[in-house]
Amino acid sequence: MAYSDKVIDHYSNPRNVGTLDKSKANVGTGLVGAPECGDVMRLQIEVDENQVITDAKFKTFGCGSAIASSSLATEWLKGKSINAALSIDNMEIVEELALPPVKIHCSVLAEDAIKAAINDYRVKNGLPALEEAKAHH
Amino acid sequence: MLKLPIYLDNNATTPMDPRVLEAMIPYMTEHFGNAASRNHPFGWAAEEAVDYAREQIAALINCNPKEIIFTSGATESDNLAIKGVFEMYASKGNHIITATTEHKAVLDTCKHIEKLGGKVTYLPVDAEGLINLQELEAAITDKTILIAIMYGNNEVGVLQPIREISAMAKKRGILFMTDGTQAVGKIPVDVEADGIDLMAFTGHKMYGPKGIGALYVRRKNPRVKVTAQMDGGGHERGMRSGTLNVPGIVGLGKACELARLEMQRDIEHTSRLRDRLEKELLKIEESYVNGSREHRLPHVTNISFKYVEGEGLMMGVKDLAVSSGSACTSASLEPSYVLKALGLSDDLAHSSLRFGLSRFTTDEQIDYAISHVTEAVNKLREMSPLWEMFKEGIDLNSIEWAEH
Repeated sequence: MAYSDKVIDHYSNPRNVGTLDKSKANVGTGLVGAPECGDVMRLQIEVDENQVITDAKFKTFGCGSAIASSSLATEWLKGKSINAALSIDNMEIVEELALPPVKIHCSVLAEDAIKAAINDYRVKNGLPALEEAKAHH
Repeated sequence: MLKLPIYLDNNATTPMDPRVLEAMIPYMTEHFGNAASRNHPFGWAAEEAVDYAREQIAALINCNPKEIIFTSGATESDNLAIKGVFEMYASKGNHIITATTEHKAVLDTCKHIEKLGGKVTYLPVDAEGLINLQELEAAITDKTILIAIMYGNNEVGVLQPIREISAMAKKRGILFMTDGTQAVGKIPVDVEADGIDLMAFTGHKMYGPKGIGALYVRRKNPRVKVTAQMDGGGHERGMRSGTLNVPGIVGLGKACELARLEMQRDIEHTSRLRDRLEKELLKIEESYVNGSREHRLPHVTNISFKYVEGEGLMMGVKDLAVSSGSACTSASLEPSYVLKALGLSDDLAHSSLRFGLSRFTTDEQIDYAISHVTEAVNKLREMSPLWEMFKEGIDLNSIEWAEH
């Protein structure tokens, strides 16, 4: 299967690979997927007092499209408010990376990871959990 | 200068040996006759070439040339052997014994037999990929007509105890069929010494052309017959109709001859390079060879690199043409059923690469493969949350993963 140039670019030069200190109150961590399914994404956000995402990091176990989806997600998250981040839709990732139908699940996973990270941040900071994040699985 | 990408997927198919192509060309141009045309020299030339190829093939596997039935490839041969025996020996019984790690050409044919009312036992394999002979013996019933166990496995290269299996079959008056696709031409296969009654094999796994294969069908002790699955002109002693693929047959014959003459050299060459590749890749932390290393084809190794995902790894080793145990490219997320049958967890099965070497593989290519794979694994582990957790001493099984 041929990968799009954008997938290859993110895979070869992934943005924002790394780890944030998950014990900090202003860091939200989302860990989604399962090793036996062949994809696990961990996406982390650091949020400032204005609810704006100042930093985002990821680590992904998965195929090139999964790596690219999470790499792209971290790029999009930086500078967004957490509310704006919640509106990122997996289909935008599909479009941006030109993912084929069999790889749509990678974008879904990235969206899940974003929501899970935001949810983790919200719960840590005494905000109500997201309905969607609770209901998703 | 090293030419990229490097082909290390020789279990899928091999390049054709130029000497094979050279032998074939005249049979596509000047000697184009139909081998069944008995009344003019065009037909005679073709028939002569086919007879000669039969001898070349027979010499490789130590059989009589008349015991070779030409087909389109190993899949057809597997189908013909299993369905043909099932039909021909219906009055004797309807039970077939095979194993879970067989090629789909055998497994799916057995599934078809079940639909026709046959009974099939699928023997499990141990962690090495080997069947258990006691389990085989226990599976035999008075209705068993066929034991179908492959010679060498396509994914892990594991060699089954063929002689023990055939002895058991013979003792009980059961036919023994083997899918020899990966073994014939690669290691000594002797249908007499091995006690094989039927054997499927193909040209394109041994430097021959695609689209030509054969089924060995024993003629003596016992005389084996299969019901034709292709009706028509009654070619191939009535077992497989259809105009013979003369250039393909000539190519298969030549490939068999070369394999016989150069087998020792090929084995030494591929096993030396394979062993070096394996030794160096096992220096990578948390890497494991899948399947028996003792009972194995000389040119294959299958290695899992824990905490990296197979398809991501394939992308990282884009300069190598290899296969992965991960089936992520298909719509299903199921990893290799062969690796799972060996007891590998899904994540280890997803993280595997299969390397298949050939007589044309070079030292330089192996050096490149070693550094390329090592680099890719290290890079992906830097990106892998699972690797980070492993390094922190977190037991991945203790985490509640959300299946999706």
